[in-house]
Amino acid sequence: MKFLFGLLALLAATLPARADGTPKHGGILTFMIPADAPPSLDGHKETTYATVHATAPFYSVLIRINPLNPASTDDFVCDLCTEMPKPTDDGKTWTFTIRDGVKWHDGSALTAADVAASWREIVHPRPGVASARQPYFIMVDEVSAPDAKTVVFKLNFATSAFLPALADPFAYIYKKEILDRDPHWYERNVMGSGPFRFVEYQIGQSMKGERNPDYYHEGLPYLDGFTAIFAPKQSVIIDAIRADRASNEFRGLPPSARDQLAKELGDKITVQTGDWNCVNMITANHKKKPFDDVRVRRALALAIDQWKGAPALAKIANVRTVGGVVFPGSPLAATKEELQQIVGYWPDIEKSRAEARRLLKEAGAEGLAFGLQNRNVDQPYKYIAAWIIDEWSKIGLKVTQKVLPTGPFFEGLRSGNFDVTVDFNCQGLVNPLLDIGKYLPHTVYEENYGNYEDQKVIDLYQAVLHENDSVKQRSLMREYETYVLDTQAHTIMMPWWERIVPIRSYVKGWKISPSHYINQDLGTVWLDK
Amino acid sequence: MYQYILKRVLLTIPTLLGAAALVFLLMRLIPGDICLVRLGGGGSSFDPRALANCHAEIGIDRPFIVQFLEFIWGAIRLDFGTSMWSGKPVIVEIAARLPVSLEIAVLATVVAVSIAIPLGTISALKQNSWLDVVVRVFAIGGIATPSFWIGIVSILLVLDISGWITGTPWMPPIDYVPFWKNPIANLSMVALPAITVGYRYAAVSMRMTRSAMLEVMKEDYIRTARAKGLINKLIINRHALKNALLPIVTLIGIEFAFLIGGLVVTEQVFNLNGVGRLFVQAVQNQDYTLTQALVMLTVAVFVFTNLAVDLLYAWLDPRIRFN
Repeated sequence: MKFLFGLLALLAATLPARADGTPKHGGILTFMIPADAPPSLDGHKETTYATVHATAPFYSVLIRINPLNPASTDDFVCDLCTEMPKPTDDGKTWTFTIRDGVKWHDGSALTAADVAASWREIVHPRPGVASARQPYFIMVDEVSAPDAKTVVFKLNFATSAFLPALADPFAYIYKKEILDRDPHWYERNVMGSGPFRFVEYQIGQSMKGERNPDYYHEGLPYLDGFTAIFAPKQSVIIDAIRADRASNEFRGLPPSARDQLAKELGDKITVQTGDWNCVNMITANHKKKPFDDVRVRRALALAIDQWKGAPALAKIANVRTVGGVVFPGSPLAATKEELQQIVGYWPDIEKSRAEARRLLKEAGAEGLAFGLQNRNVDQPYKYIAAWIIDEWSKIGLKVTQKVLPTGPFFEGLRSGNFDVTVDFNCQGLVNPLLDIGKYLPHTVYEENYGNYEDQKVIDLYQAVLHENDSVKQRSLMREYETYVLDTQAHTIMMPWWERIVPIRSYVKGWKISPSHYINQDLGTVWLDK
Repeated sequence: MYQYILKRVLLTIPTLLGAAALVFLLMRLIPGDICLVRLGGGGSSFDPRALANCHAEIGIDRPFIVQFLEFIWGAIRLDFGTSMWSGKPVIVEIAARLPVSLEIAVLATVVAVSIAIPLGTISALKQNSWLDVVVRVFAIGGIATPSFWIGIVSILLVLDISGWITGTPWMPPIDYVPFWKNPIANLSMVALPAITVGYRYAAVSMRMTRSAMLEVMKEDYIRTARAKGLINKLIINRHALKNALLPIVTLIGIEFAFLIGGLVVTEQVFNLNGVGRLFVQAVQNQDYTLTQALVMLTVAVFVFTNLAVDLLYAWLDPRIRFN
C-alpha cells in the first residue's frame, strides 16, 4: 500500500513537469524578493512574504496545497505525512502518520514529536512566544504525538476550515530539541528538513540555499540551489529580469511591468496570471456621522460601477475580478447572478446611482464631503482610491484622499480616526470560512475597522463556520454575504486582486497560486537551460 | 594640538547626546509603531495577542521616560541595543551595511577629486575661454541633475547599449560581493554608482576649486612669485593650488560624510545594501533603536570628518596653530 502511494506521489510529481518538458537537474535559480529584509526568519512569528519566500525552501510542512495544482482551493496533499487522513470522532480527531526516513539538515531523524511540538507552538504558544496565526486555530484543542510516527489533532468542534488552516505555508516544522532549548532560535537561524539546505544569509541582501541530497521526495529538488535577492524597488527587479540577473520575482508585478517585459523579452518571458486571495474594501467608520446611517453606507456602494470599472482598472492595476466576500475561485463564492442581487453589484448603474441619490437625500447627506484614508502603497491602493473618488463624484459626493505611510495608516485604522478608509483582506491559503472573519465586529475580530457592533453578523458567521454540509454551507454563506454587503453595507468590496508573475521561460515547474505565500519551497522548480 | 583634539572629541559627546534625544522624541511623534508595521505591513491579518507580545518583547509598552533613560544610559556606554525590527544588535545591522557605503563613498571621492581639481584649476586658469565654459556647463549639469536620476538613466543605457551590441542586455550585478572575495564582480557592481555619485560631488568641488583658484591667483604672493621668475607650473602647484585647497578640503570632507548614510535613493536604484537604504527602512519600519543609532553614526561621521579636515588645515597652511 505504502509503495502504491509512493508511486502515485512520484507520478503526480512528474506529470506537470512533463507538460513543461522533461525536468532537468542542476542549476541555480536566482530570483528577487520585492521587499526589504524580513524582521526575522521565523515563519511562525512573521506574516510577510519576505520571510516565506526566503525560507520556505528550507522547511517541511505537515500538509500543503498540491504544489502541482496550487490554483486549487481544496487539493491538499501530504508533505511530511504519508496520506491525507479521514477524521474520526465526528470530524473532531485527525490522525496523521509521519513518513519514515525524513532527516533534518543536521542528519538527525525527524519524528512526530517534532511535528507536534511545532504545531503546539503555532496553536498554543508558550508565554513570550509569538504565533502570528494563532486565531486561525480556534478549533484546535490539543496536538499530541502518541508515538514517533503519529500526530493527533483533537478539535473543539468539527469544521471544514481546519484542513485549509493546517496547510498554512508558514507552519514550518521545527526541531523539538531546538524549540525546547530556545523558542526564539528560529528567528535568526535556519535548520529544517525541506528541499534545500541553508548556505548563507547576508543581512538585508540575499539568502542562499543548496540542494538537500537527503530530501524525502525522491528525485526532488531539481535545482542545485537558489539565491534570493531582496530588492524593494520595482525598477531594479525589471532591469534584473531583462538582463537575466534574476529570473523573476514570485509576488506579482503590475500590468505595466508585465507589458514592458513581454515587449522587451518576447518568448524569453512567460507570464502566469490568476486571481489573488487579496482584496481591498472600502470601510466606513460607523462611529462617525453620517456613516452610522445604513442609507449613507448603501449609497456609497450603489455609486460604484463594479462591472465596468474592474476591466478598465485591470489594464493599469493589480485587480481583475468582481467578487463578494469569498475568493472568486472558491466553491463558496457567489456567482455573477447572485452578486447582481446585492447592493453595489446591480447590472444597471443608472438605476443604482438614482437609488444612491435618493438614499442620500433621505438621509440628509446630499453633497456630503468626507475624507478617504488610504495607505501609501501604489498597487492597487492608490488606483482604487482614484477610481472610487471619481465614482462617488457622480452622485455628488466630495471626497478628499488622505494617503498615509504604513505605520500612521494602521494607527489611523486602530484609533478610528477616519471617515472612510481603504481597507484590505489579504490571506494566504484560500480558506473562506476563516477569511470572512474580517467582516465580524471589532470585538470579535480585532482587524475589523468599521467600529460596529452587530450580533446578527456574528450569529450568521457561527452558523457558516459550524455547518459541514457543503450545500447548506453555501446557502448560509450567501446569507452572511448579503447581510454584510447589502442589508448593513458594513463594507464595500473592490475588485479582487490579480496576481501577475512574469517569469523567465527557462524556469519550469512553478505554477501560480491564489496566494503569494504558498507553493514557495521550490522543490519542483527546474531550469530548462 | 593634542589638547585641541581632546577638546574637539569631548565636544562630540553633548552633540551626540543632543542628536540622540532629539531623534528619540521625533520618532515617537510619528503615529503608529513598529509592531503594527511588522505584523500588518505584509497586508495580512494578525492576532492582536501577537501585537501585545511584540510590544512587550521590544519594550515599547513601558513608560516613555523609562525607555528614554534606558536609551541615554545605553548611549553613554556606546550600547545601542538591538534593532526592534530584526532583533539583531544594532552594531551587527550597521556593520553589515557599512562596507558597501564606505566603498561607494571612497570611490566616489576618488572620482570627484580626480575630476574636480584638474578641471577646476584649468577652468580658473583659462577663465572665460571656451574650455572654462565647457567645464562650467559640465559642473552646473552635475549640480542640477539628481544622482539617482543619472543612476536610473545609466543603468538603462547600459542595458540598451549592451543589448544592442551583444543581443543580450547586461547590467551590473545586484548581489553585493566584497572586493576581497571577487574584485571584478565587486568593482562592476560599485563602479556605476560611484561614477554617478562622484559626478555630482565632482561638480560641486569643481566650482569650489575654480573660485578658490581665481581668488588665490590674484594674491600678492602669486604676483611676487611671478616677479621672481618662477615657472608657471611651480607657481600653480606649490603656491596657488595648495592655498586654494583649504575650502576644497572642507567641502570634500562634508561631502564624504554625507555619502555615509546619505545615499538613500542611489542605494535603492542600484540595489546596494548600504547604510542609506538601512536608514530608510529603519524610519519606514519605525525601528526606534536602529534609527537612533544611525543618526548618531551620521553625527559622529560628520563630527570626526570635520575634525580630520581641521587637522589637515595645519598641514596645508603651516600658519594655522590650534592653540
